[in-house]
Amino acid sequence: MTETGEPEIDLLSHYARSLGIEVSSFEDGVPVLCVSGIDAIEGRPGHFHGGATSGLMETAAYALLRLALHERGEHAQLKPINITVQFLAAAKKQPLFAKARITKLGRRSANVTVEAWQEERDRPRASAVMNVMIARTEPETD
Amino acid sequence: MEKEAPHRDPSTVFDPAKAAPFLFAGGHPGWLGLAYLGHGEDWTELKLPWREELMGDDVRRVIASGPIFSMLDMGGGIAIWTRARRFVPIATLDMRVDYQRPAGERADVIARCECYRTTRSAAFVRGIAHDGDPDDPVATMAAVYMTIGDFNPAGAKND
Repeated sequence: MTETGEPEIDLLSHYARSLGIEVSSFEDGVPVLCVSGIDAIEGRPGHFHGGATSGLMETAAYALLRLALHERGEHAQLKPINITVQFLAAAKKQPLFAKARITKLGRRSANVTVEAWQEERDRPRASAVMNVMIARTEPETD
Repeated sequence: MEKEAPHRDPSTVFDPAKAAPFLFAGGHPGWLGLAYLGHGEDWTELKLPWREELMGDDVRRVIASGPIFSMLDMGGGIAIWTRARRFVPIATLDMRVDYQRPAGERADVIARCECYRTTRSAAFVRGIAHDGDPDDPVATMAAVYMTIGDFNPAGAKND
C-alpha cells in the first residue's frame, strides 16, 4: 500500500477502464468500484444495461482477488469459470457502486459474491456469485 | 426523453434485422459495437467484433468475459421479442454464464440465443457464445427475463 491507501498494482482491466469503471474508495482494504451514468452503460433509456451492471460487479470481484493475491505475495492469472447475476431492481443512469467479498480463496479457484447499489446501500440493484480459476505462476525474478 | 423507435411500436411485428440499427445505435450495445447476424422463429445471432478496449487482461489479446455477458444478455432479449413477434418491455431477472474457454486471440465472438419458452410474465432463454465453431463454444448461458407490465405475446405458444 502507498501512503494514500492505494495498492501498487493495477486493479482494472482494459475493458473496465474503457467502460469508465474507476476505483472509488477502499473500505477496510476492499475496493469499492464505481461507474457513472455515461452513455456507454445505458440499456433501456435512462437505465443501466444489465451487461454493464454485471461488468462492474465482475470487475469488483477481479479487483479484490488481484489485491488479495498481491497481499499474499502470490502471482496468478485469473480466469472466469462462471457468473450468476440476480437483477434485483433497475439501476438508474447515475453512479453505480459495487463491492465484492471473497467467500473462499482456494489454491485453484475462488468463490466471490458481489453487490451493486446506488443511493441506498441496503437496497442493492444487483448481486452476483462468481467462481474464478486461479492459475498460479512463478514470480518474476527481481 | 424516451424516443420511440419503430421497433417499439406494439402494433408492428418485431423484426430483429430491422430493429438492430436502432437497438445497436447507442448506449451500451453501441459502445460494444454489437451487430446483427441472423435470426429464426425463436433465436437470434449477434456479433461482438474484437477490439483492444474489450480486452480482459494484458497477457491475452482476447475479448473479456464482461462484453460476452452483455452480448448474451442482449441476444436473449432480442430472441424473446423475435419469438413473441413484437416488442415488449422486459428486464433480465437472473442470468448465468459458464465460460468454457477463452475466445481466440483477436477473434470476434458470436452469440446465438434461443427463447425456448414464454409464460404470461416470464421468458426463458439459453444461448452460446463461440468464435467460429458453434460446436466448440466459448461460453454457455441460461437466463430468465420478466416482462415489465403485461406480456401476453401474440406469438407465444404457452399461456
